[in-house]
Amino acid sequence: MYKQGKYPIVSKKTLAKGIFDVEIYCPHIAKAAKAGQFAQVQSEGFFLRRPISICDIDKDKGTIRLVFEVRGHGTDKISELNKGDLIDIIAPLGNGFKVLEKGKKAVCIGGGIGTPPMVGITKEYGENATVISGFRNAAAVILQEDFKAMGCDVKLCTDDGSAGRKGFVTDALLDVLKTEKPDIVYACGPMIMLKNITKICEENGIYCQVSLEQRMACGVGACLVCVCRTVKDGQEFNSHVCKDGPVFDSKEVVFDE
Amino acid sequence: MNRINVNFCGVEFKNPVIPASGTFGYGREYEQFYPLSKLGGISVKGTTLHRREGNPGPRVAETPSGMLNSVGLQNGGVDKFINYELPNLVTKDTRIIANIAGSTIEECAELAEKLNGTAVDMIELNISCPNVKQGGAAFGTDCSVAGAVTKAVKDVTEKPLMVKLSPNVTSIVDIAKSVEANGADAVSLINTLLGMRIDIKTRRPILKNNVGGLSGPAVFPVAVRMVWQVANAVKIPVMGMGGIATWEDAIEMMLAGAGAVQVGAAIFADPYAPVKIAEGMQKFCEDNGINNISEIVGTVKPW
Repeated sequence: MYKQGKYPIVSKKTLAKGIFDVEIYCPHIAKAAKAGQFAQVQSEGFFLRRPISICDIDKDKGTIRLVFEVRGHGTDKISELNKGDLIDIIAPLGNGFKVLEKGKKAVCIGGGIGTPPMVGITKEYGENATVISGFRNAAAVILQEDFKAMGCDVKLCTDDGSAGRKGFVTDALLDVLKTEKPDIVYACGPMIMLKNITKICEENGIYCQVSLEQRMACGVGACLVCVCRTVKDGQEFNSHVCKDGPVFDSKEVVFDE
Repeated sequence: MNRINVNFCGVEFKNPVIPASGTFGYGREYEQFYPLSKLGGISVKGTTLHRREGNPGPRVAETPSGMLNSVGLQNGGVDKFINYELPNLVTKDTRIIANIAGSTIEECAELAEKLNGTAVDMIELNISCPNVKQGGAAFGTDCSVAGAVTKAVKDVTEKPLMVKLSPNVTSIVDIAKSVEANGADAVSLINTLLGMRIDIKTRRPILKNNVGGLSGPAVFPVAVRMVWQVANAVKIPVMGMGGIATWEDAIEMMLAGAGAVQVGAAIFADPYAPVKIAEGMQKFCEDNGINNISEIVGTVKPW
């Protein structure tokens, strides 16, 4: 059950250059929200809302956290909001990640600005999670302390080796698979990363869920613009990221364009 | 006292505010925000004879005060509409306008025929979709074809027939006169204006379809002008749409000659837009001593 409203920002931080972390007090939304869902955020002066994934949910405090990157003028305008300002959102939207029963092991993989939604889902697994994050370089690294605080195994990769290991998240995933077989893999990031993770999971017989991104308008499933190609029972068809996703079983996503 | 109920084409609407086709699905998503009974009616997602997958993505691009879309009539087909969506919609205490789009004249007629005997209150024949290769705007940009498809549907349908017109023409008045002469009970306008955006980094159009339909407040003055011209040229009622975002816009559109209005892209920015517009119109009538909103239709005093 989603809601639209203007809610107060209770804290705002800059996590890296152009990457912002806002915590919003919205108890009804926080109560209903699940890891992997998203919010449609209004940007003053712009016509369409911006879809931003929910990074973390604190049901006790009644807050959600949105961590987003300034991609253009619209997100830039949102980044000008400060503590005490009201932010107009529709949330929680879409389907969240499927959470397995207690004791199961998960690998949560985020690439760049695909990392924030991994915070909420990692929390569900705590010590039973391995988190792999990949960034361009050390300056772009975010949220590592959040993951470490959950007691999970944290693996960091950068393209240039300026922080963590040099290489891609898929290299780190293959290393993890040498010693253990997780029950589920969650991933969010660039399509090429999701495609490669999907392939690795298929080869190793591991259930995998991916979170997709697409240009949106309504955010609730009415306008049908945020199309993505999916397959079920051998039949390919168009699904919509906002309502059918943003989380999909990786084997349902058609990656080849 | 309700001052905004209207009779449009013989159909009673509790208020003249109707979400436009393609912006509201079949109401299921927006029912989470408010009961659909608050709406005058719903013009449902464009329905075709068979299921359509629509165009590849990206299908949307933001524009100054608006957006481009190139959905391409993705829908489950008329049988799914009748068997799955309609039984739900009839319980919502609002008028149901079936928006239909065929790729041939025969298909348009077949669609209309299938809707005979159903609970649909009115047909909106879409001869103006800019995002499909067959039918769509190819019907709506030629007077004789627009007339022929209107006649073919009018000959078989038992419902009031409203024809949705394209603004991508030299004279929308000529198209309107042609569909009127061929039996249309009403016209609705405007559909989206054909537009394009290009990503300057990749030098690629943002839309995978290259071009798409422009909607939102950006098109509002064009829509008002066209509604005014058409309302002055035909005797049948006009449903006005194109960029309406506030109750003031809706009043303006009715002054231009619209007997009722549709609200589209504004819903994406504010899901409550249609409800707020209806409330604002009611208050406008109360504040200005207007007994019924219909009194203002076409009462603009041109210079």
